[in-house]
Amino acid sequence: MADIVLEQLVKEYPGGVRAVDGLDVTIEDGEFFALLGPSGCGKTTLLRSIAGLETVSGGSIRIGGRDVTRLAPGARDIAMVFQDYALFPHMTVRDNIAYPLKIKKVGKQERAEKAEETAEGLSLGGLLERRPGQLSGGQQQRAALARAVACHPQVFLFDEPLSNLDARLRLEARTFLKRLQRDLGVTTVFVTHDQAEALAMSDRMAVMEAGRIRQIGTPREVFQRPASTFVAGFIGSTPMNLLDATIDRDTVRVAGTSVPLPESARAHVRDGEEVVYAARPEYMTFSTEAADAGIEGTVAIIENMGVGSLVSLEVGATIVQVTVPEGQEPPIGSRGWAVAAPQRVLVYRRDDGELVGSERAPALAEA
Amino acid sequence: MALTASPPAEPAEAAGVTKSPAPQAATDAAGLGRARASVFVAPALALIAAFLVFPALWTLYLGITNYRLTGVAALRPRVVGLDNYARALGDPEFLNSLWLTLLFVIGSAVIGQCVLGFVLAWTLRAVPRTVRTVVELLVMLAWILPSSVVAFLWIALLDRDGGTLNVLLNTPGMAWLIEYPMLSVIIFNAWRGTAFSMLLFSAALNGIPPSQLETARMVGASGWQQLRDVVLPHVRGHILTNLLLISLWTFNDFSPFLITAGGPNGRSETLPVFVYNTAIPGGQLGFGSAVSLLMLLINLVLAVVYLRLLKQRRA
Repeated sequence: MADIVLEQLVKEYPGGVRAVDGLDVTIEDGEFFALLGPSGCGKTTLLRSIAGLETVSGGSIRIGGRDVTRLAPGARDIAMVFQDYALFPHMTVRDNIAYPLKIKKVGKQERAEKAEETAEGLSLGGLLERRPGQLSGGQQQRAALARAVACHPQVFLFDEPLSNLDARLRLEARTFLKRLQRDLGVTTVFVTHDQAEALAMSDRMAVMEAGRIRQIGTPREVFQRPASTFVAGFIGSTPMNLLDATIDRDTVRVAGTSVPLPESARAHVRDGEEVVYAARPEYMTFSTEAADAGIEGTVAIIENMGVGSLVSLEVGATIVQVTVPEGQEPPIGSRGWAVAAPQRVLVYRRDDGELVGSERAPALAEA
Repeated sequence: MALTASPPAEPAEAAGVTKSPAPQAATDAAGLGRARASVFVAPALALIAAFLVFPALWTLYLGITNYRLTGVAALRPRVVGLDNYARALGDPEFLNSLWLTLLFVIGSAVIGQCVLGFVLAWTLRAVPRTVRTVVELLVMLAWILPSSVVAFLWIALLDRDGGTLNVLLNTPGMAWLIEYPMLSVIIFNAWRGTAFSMLLFSAALNGIPPSQLETARMVGASGWQQLRDVVLPHVRGHILTNLLLISLWTFNDFSPFLITAGGPNGRSETLPVFVYNTAIPGGQLGFGSAVSLLMLLINLVLAVVYLRLLKQRRA
């Protein structure tokens, strides 16, 4: 139906800056797809290229098998919701929602009915005669969504859809958006710089850096096996421990301790190779007694995270972070050992930051 | 309010806690008190009174007399009541001037400066930076040069013998200022004043959120539809303010006099020129004053109409 196929897509700005640098992505029909990355990584440019608001410098964009690379934005059958919602301040909510239909020369009667029906579905029923200025942030967002929904496009594009909402509303809107997308079944691409948002909402996500995609996968894949140290550092609400280490036969020397080398990496490293040892704080346990393969350090900082705390251990000049359950926080300055769950440990190459043993471990794929 | 108090001129008060603070000292932000504030303002008020209020009242008085520059009426002006006004309204020359002024305002301010300024501002958004800078510089130049200089430039341009335009069009001996006096001053004033509208509209257009224009593009709105549905509603207030300012300026503009002196035979005699020609070379100061007052009334009506329109939009 309406999958989006990007082939060798390039967007180069005058002056030689490549905001999008040769991307090949296929977004399946009906998929909720997140573009995630730090600011300036090209995610918004990519979204705008799909929309047709940017003229691409090379490559092709196909939507539902139709080549739209050179088509005007209005001819692509795409609806876009902007970060600031872009509601027309001088029109009522009704006229705003009906605006795409007006441009498409739908009759006045049908337009009004359609707008009413869509607004009803997004619980904007009583607000049709208001101006956007008289709506709350959440209502404005729903009005902008209603305008996108009303014209039944093949594809939705959302640019940072939640960033203008306050924290509480954002969580509600997340659930709401996800349900709306599933109910409508329309292929949707959204841009976000918030990894939690991407993990929570998307079916699949692409992590971008410097105009290139560093990893594509389901939120679970990306969370559990980040393809590079960049992705590893970007994903997760607590930053992943990325520790310089050296391969020592069947073990890894990290911060003065020998820990087991993960199964998946074993065949791909040389003895003595410099690597990065990576473990999420959530996948490590803290112990107050000397533990086998535990990294020893001094408790330096404790950050309360609500349910549980994040403990920073000072191991020489490096910091190892580990989460502890509620009520088990160690005293500051005490000795402690951090032990990583062997299944969850990843090893990255020091030189290019790529994951060692990139093929998916069977145990993790089903987890 | 209370925080702005403690005037430095009343040191006794700081010591004497029992004394209640002087009430009028606390009413202004600077803590000057009304009396001293008045002293500061007085010189400005005096100047305004001497050079603005008094002449205005004097004109009002002159308007009901038969005062002339020379002759018996110059020595002993006689109050003639509303005769001057009655005469003006029945005077074909005055009515002709009124009509020409209307043409001048609509032609050079509304259509010329406002429309041209908007078109320039709109099209310059899309052109390369260098082109934009050059065009803006040229337009600005016309605006910042003194009237006498640009008037001379236009006389040189439109001159019958050896005028630049005649050379360019290869129409030797064509007397533009005699054949088309009104059209000439209209084009002159449009050329001269477009910069203001262009700058004002550039600023207004920059204020439109790009996402709104992009939303319109996404649903397939044509350029005209984007203009109608997004751009014009956004800049409506700016258009009205701009129209108010430039119509008043144009209505009272005296620079056409520098080019045609109202001629030939009154065919480019707008109201300010008419007043001048009547009062100074014509010597009829009383009648000229009456016409000035009529101009003032027309200005007021214009202003009220525009302000009403502006208010309507905000409601």
